[in-house]
Amino acid sequence: MASHGDHADGEFAHPMPIWMLLFVFVALTFLTILTVFQASFSLGNWEIWLSMIIASIKATLVMAFFMHLAFDKPFNVIMFLSSFLFVTLFVGFLLMDTNAYDDKIIVKPVAETLQ
Amino acid sequence: MATAEIDQDGHAHDHSDHHDHPAFLAHHFDSPEQQYDSGKLGMWLFLVTEILFFSGLFCAYAIYRSLRPEVYAFCSQFLNTELGAINTGVLLFSSLTMAWAVRAAQLEQHKVTVGMIAATISCAAIFLGVKAVEYSHKWDMGLLPAGMYSYDPVAEHHEGLSHYLIAISIVPSIVLIALIGLFIYGKAAGKQFLASCAAPLTVAAACYFVGVGLGVFLESRAAAAGHDSHAEGSALAAIGHADGLPPSKILEGPLDHATEDPPTIGIGTGDEAVGIMAADATNTGIRSELDALRAQEEMASGAFVDEYDGVDPFYDRPIENVNSNSLAGVFFSIYYCMTGLHAIHIIAGIGVLAWLLVRAVRQDFCSQYFGPVDYVGLYWHIVDLIWIYLFPLLYLIG
Amino acid sequence: MLGAKDVAFPRLNLCSFYLWCIGAIFFIFALCTTGLDTGWTFYTPYSTTTSTSVIAATTGVFILGFSSIFTGLNFIVTVNTMRPPGMTWFKMPLFLWAIYSTAVIQVLATPVLGITLLLLICERLMHIGIFDPAYNGDPVAFQHFFWFYSHPAVYIMILPAFGIISELMSVHSHKSIFGYRFIALSSIAIALLSFLVWGHHMFTSGMSEITTIIFSALTFTVSVPSAIKVFNWLATMYKGSISLTTPMCYALSFMFLFTIGGLTGLFLGTLTTDLHLHDTYFVVSHFHYVMMGGTLVAFLGGVFHWWPKMTGKMFNETWGRVSALVVFIGFNLTFLPQFVLGSRGMPRRYATYDPEFTGLHRMSTVGAFVLGLGLVIALFVLLYSLYRGKKAPRNPWGGATLEWRCASPPPYYNFERPPVVGNPYYFENIEYDAKSDDYVFTEPERKIVPPEPAPQPEHVEAEKHN
Repeated sequence: MASHGDHADGEFAHPMPIWMLLFVFVALTFLTILTVFQASFSLGNWEIWLSMIIASIKATLVMAFFMHLAFDKPFNVIMFLSSFLFVTLFVGFLLMDTNAYDDKIIVKPVAETLQ
Repeated sequence: MATAEIDQDGHAHDHSDHHDHPAFLAHHFDSPEQQYDSGKLGMWLFLVTEILFFSGLFCAYAIYRSLRPEVYAFCSQFLNTELGAINTGVLLFSSLTMAWAVRAAQLEQHKVTVGMIAATISCAAIFLGVKAVEYSHKWDMGLLPAGMYSYDPVAEHHEGLSHYLIAISIVPSIVLIALIGLFIYGKAAGKQFLASCAAPLTVAAACYFVGVGLGVFLESRAAAAGHDSHAEGSALAAIGHADGLPPSKILEGPLDHATEDPPTIGIGTGDEAVGIMAADATNTGIRSELDALRAQEEMASGAFVDEYDGVDPFYDRPIENVNSNSLAGVFFSIYYCMTGLHAIHIIAGIGVLAWLLVRAVRQDFCSQYFGPVDYVGLYWHIVDLIWIYLFPLLYLIG
Repeated sequence: MLGAKDVAFPRLNLCSFYLWCIGAIFFIFALCTTGLDTGWTFYTPYSTTTSTSVIAATTGVFILGFSSIFTGLNFIVTVNTMRPPGMTWFKMPLFLWAIYSTAVIQVLATPVLGITLLLLICERLMHIGIFDPAYNGDPVAFQHFFWFYSHPAVYIMILPAFGIISELMSVHSHKSIFGYRFIALSSIAIALLSFLVWGHHMFTSGMSEITTIIFSALTFTVSVPSAIKVFNWLATMYKGSISLTTPMCYALSFMFLFTIGGLTGLFLGTLTTDLHLHDTYFVVSHFHYVMMGGTLVAFLGGVFHWWPKMTGKMFNETWGRVSALVVFIGFNLTFLPQFVLGSRGMPRRYATYDPEFTGLHRMSTVGAFVLGLGLVIALFVLLYSLYRGKKAPRNPWGGATLEWRCASPPPYYNFERPPVVGNPYYFENIEYDAKSDDYVFTEPERKIVPPEPAPQPEHVEAEKHN
């Protein structure tokens, strides 16, 4: 590829500054405490969404900074994020289907049909 | 466009080419950057497969959760949130040290690289130690996958140090002793390299026992403090017991019933030939058909239903006893599959990190060649990433 | 073709070969001990209760899955980072596009199979109750898991065949491929769409109505990129100067068989007709028209096409054409009757049949023998060429892609410097040279880039000396 030849001997390492690493770690720890704290309340249906949102923020932080995705080649980013798309597709279809046929599994109790 | 004559030259040329190839650059790459990019892309693709690999388990979790939320409510009481939170913190910290190790490798700070990799392995060992306590505690209580699930809320729980925990800890103990031995040997024989590899690894192996200690302490504290929560759990389970059927009944269903005794000749068919054929034990097709007919007849007569007090265990869905191997047991199946697979990834990660540590001690990495540290780092972060989701899904939501 | 020295990770490449061997050993072990009676689908609950060695077989498949993932990963990285200077994405040969999309499927789908089989092994060992109805598990979920991989898996088989046909059509018609971008992108489209249609294997296994309707509708979308390819191949042949070589004979036979296979797929994708045709010989026949008539015939064509390049020996053209013809006749004789059998209600996987099916069954059997004969002829032609074949020239067919520019067989590292890359389907500067029985490039493509003049083909140099 042409881009390789251009700076074959050049630097391609992009070290992360320490303050950024530490800041990300502190943010992650804070979010962990937050999610544990949030779990002590009963929020019903919202609970799963809230904790998933927090988890996703944490995941984004890890991906963007610890995994350098924010500074990576766009191809790698697209590829990695598309894997989540396929997971959503997979899980989504299965959830939809199992929920749709779940009540079909219950056959009328034999006792009722006989009486 | 190589012609046959030039081939020979070309061949020789390629080998002489190596002098401007640094030792770390594989023969088929043109530049260190190309090598790094290829490796990085390969690693990202591998991570994509990892995510899809775990997606199956997340999918199983989602299905069972959406169909049976009550099972999750019942089971989450057995998971110690404190231990889970500590493990989350440990893994997050290990992610930090790993990212730092990558930075140090890029800047050619060899000492820092070694230290950070060692810290990462130590955190992984702590994680496994805490996990070992959690697992052994659950095994003691009979909280096992569906096939072996045997939790009885009334029974006395095992007190003191778990036998399972001792069994799990055998391997880390051997590793620790071996590493100490290596270190002493390295020091004694003057093999500096061996000693400086073994020293951080010994610390890391010792950290496993730190994790175990921490886990045992917190678990016993939780057991002492949370007796009332346990009692509540027992009550819940006991109610389930009264309402539904004992779990064993669910499994023996019509299936068992139909195969209880061998089919009687000619029953319900009115066909003598069929009866004679069925008398031959090898004619399984006819026999099973007769079985089915007999079961059908029984069902029609109502005898089948009466036996179970009007409740058909096979079709009647609302079985309220959550504490059965087909409900809570499945939750623990999913729990063990998810955390177990994650733990396997941690163990694999420790292996790769140990290899990395040896190379870092050897000062293999430089600003042109830090790929391996970066790739292992990516792998380690994905393991962390999965735990970030596992922790709230298993420990917090209930 | 790509002009790279090697794949990006040669050791990983070797590793996946060894993994393949280990996986195969597991599988053979399973077959030799107790056999395997679950079929290739391992449907629960039967696979969790049968006494045959399911665990050995699934472990084997699990390991094979790793082999497949590593190879796919390797190909993607190689195509992404190892292209020689000048080869942009849209100057790659179409075969590489096809391989690339195959690799995408391998990387995305195989891990799901891996976890499915791992859970199946756990199910047998510990009764985890995720798929086993005895513990409240869901066998339909298993089928979802399984087909999420296994439907894309059939595209893993057919996509390389598409790539081969794209090459064969263009080279043997001596005409630039029609609609290059469409063929290239339709490969990627097939790869992505293949993840949306897995449910059509499960129309009758208890999915909900809404899901079956969605999957049925999505299934038809796959026919669009497939049809794009077929039409483009036809348009490539149109007004081309077609040489009826052995590879071309196979390619033409592919066109015919794959079209039938593809079109009958529409019947099966339609919900109402599928309920009738499910698990009949119609499915068997459809599958074989696509997989055998498509993949196998295309692969045979590919083998004949690249045989001179791989081994450096030419095979006997006449007998090669005979083999293509016999395979074609035998194939149709075997599987055309099965469409009729299936639509009349002959179920698959049965050892016996009703008397009214006798005639068609016999036809099918005779056809199978003819097909076998054709394959034996093809094998014999190839093996014979190894011992008695003429030495192959550099470019026997007049191809324009990179592999025809190095000697047959290619030397170590293929090219001694990164090759100059032009349009892989530009045939204007390629002419037949009767003297050496070879196609030659009439002029060097680039004059500025290489500092020294590009080396002339051998015979030109020979003429100069004269």
